[in-house]
Amino acid sequence: MNLALRDIRHHGSRFLQTCIGLSLLLAVVMGMAGIYRGLVSEAMTILNDTGADIWVVQQDTNGPFAATSRMQEDLKYRVRSLPGVVQASPVSYQNIQMEREGKPFRFFLVGYEPGGMGGPSTLVTGRGIERRHYEMIADLSLGMALGSRLKLGRNEYTIVGLTRNMASSSGDPLVYVSLADAQEIQFKVDNNALRTDRRRVEKGLGAIEGLGNGQQAVLAPVVPTLAGGTHQINALVVKVAAAANPLLVQESIERWGHLRAISDSQQRAILFEGMIAKARKQIGLFAVILLIISAVIISLIIYTMTLDKVKVIATLKLIGAQNRVIVGLILQQSLIMGIAAYLAALVIINLTCDKFPRRVELISSDLQVLFVIVLGICVLASVAGIRKALSIEPAEALGG
Amino acid sequence: MYAVEVEHLTKIYGSGDSAVTALQDASMQVRQGELAAILGPSGSGKTTLLTAIGLINEPTRGRIVLGGDCVADNGWQPGFDLKRLRRERLGFIFQAHNLIPFLTAMENVMVALELNGVTGSKARQRAEELLRALNLADRKQSYPANLSGGQAQRVAIARALANRPQVILADEPTAALDTENGMNVMALLKSLAEENSSAILVVTHDHRMIEGFDRIFEVSDGRIVRES
Repeated sequence: MNLALRDIRHHGSRFLQTCIGLSLLLAVVMGMAGIYRGLVSEAMTILNDTGADIWVVQQDTNGPFAATSRMQEDLKYRVRSLPGVVQASPVSYQNIQMEREGKPFRFFLVGYEPGGMGGPSTLVTGRGIERRHYEMIADLSLGMALGSRLKLGRNEYTIVGLTRNMASSSGDPLVYVSLADAQEIQFKVDNNALRTDRRRVEKGLGAIEGLGNGQQAVLAPVVPTLAGGTHQINALVVKVAAAANPLLVQESIERWGHLRAISDSQQRAILFEGMIAKARKQIGLFAVILLIISAVIISLIIYTMTLDKVKVIATLKLIGAQNRVIVGLILQQSLIMGIAAYLAALVIINLTCDKFPRRVELISSDLQVLFVIVLGICVLASVAGIRKALSIEPAEALGG
Repeated sequence: MYAVEVEHLTKIYGSGDSAVTALQDASMQVRQGELAAILGPSGSGKTTLLTAIGLINEPTRGRIVLGGDCVADNGWQPGFDLKRLRRERLGFIFQAHNLIPFLTAMENVMVALELNGVTGSKARQRAEELLRALNLADRKQSYPANLSGGQAQRVAIARALANRPQVILADEPTAALDTENGMNVMALLKSLAEENSSAILVVTHDHRMIEGFDRIFEVSDGRIVRES
């Protein structure tokens, strides 16, 4: 006969209420772990999907995600010519927030050369970008259907493909356009600014001593290309041949003096240290606090339940119950409470994880570790109750 | 052979100036099948005597012999598992029945059997047999809260009898009952003592119940002052 289960059955509603409270706490802990895993996963999404060995960015920056990086697109030709380089693709990244149906609408715009690296590796539906302009691939979380249109700047883009779980390190859904479109969106300035820019260049040329009128007339046609050019990118993603040493490629690029070549592992470290480490500490601390609260609650409930059973325990001792029976009664109740709350929490978090605004990734190893922690907490939480139970004298069963 | 022998039993609580002698030089013998009363006013030492015989209160001096085994001689004798002795040889009946509130009447009887290693169908069979004998067959699935005082006390008696103890110790078993139920319980204890050849020691200060006892030990100021 299991005394713990019978006691729980008798105090069903109190036990159920406690379990619900505990399960909500544990669900939050699971959610926290899931949010952390989601953060890591989101932060690494572009890196994983791109599969680059080297990220070439502006010198002295941690670009293109942790810092701004801007460089000329034509550098791709120079990088491609390096020994060991299999592929070098220009990419651009840009956060965009606009209003749509009266609500803020945020996404992370990725510009890539169709056929090159940096685009989506898999599509849920639709096709890849085939035309040079006005086509777009969006993540499902953006909430836009295949074939729908989105106005960006002066142009309207048609969604030709959809991805799943593609988000930036800040959790915004990824939207892909051709590099040409992305450059236009990111770098093209309006006509007034363009004219002002050209006048500044012309003025600069005019100020050069010794430049004759004839020479100035020759230079005039190139002024538009000197001012307001859009052929800029944020990074070059590089694939190195399997037989080649990526370190040598990195060194070659950095020897040019105006670029930084970051290996994939360095890029991951930059993202992790800069963008996730603090969040991890924050989330970890919250999870620890919640686990402590859970332990205190279990401990208090078990202790209270033990106090309620002083006469029962004394009677059991008097009729010859061994200490293991008494310890088992308290410990089993604590464990049953913890396990029931854990299972309920698992159901709750699985039912709600998709409703969170950011990705919640439930990893089975995390859940297993939490299960072991919950069991540990239950054992610890029952210590006070067990001590109290063992201190009860059988003689307390006597009297009125 | 006596079921219970107590010789020159003394219990002193505390030490030095704060020492209190609860029981002094008490001696008694009870045979199997006898129903004995330990009578006395509150604070006279009768419960101390009962708890010493019940192996939960170590005597300071004197001897306790249960079924021929000397379990205490100026303190507990080594080599005895007191809990095991309580399970196997003693049965307890309490003033307030002390049934476990989250167990049914049947389970309350079964718990004593299971603690003594009798499990499964054997325990169930024995519990049903006892409850039937005590006219509680129809209340076996009832929880203590749903039993009357008399019914609950009969379940407690069934539990005390579960392991066929040599000695049953009852602490004011009629105190929480009205006269009629109290008389019924006493009659039941008397018949059980005869049928099971158990020695039954009843602590009481209820003079209404003294009729029917085979022996009466009157306790006053920690001493057995009269034996009849």
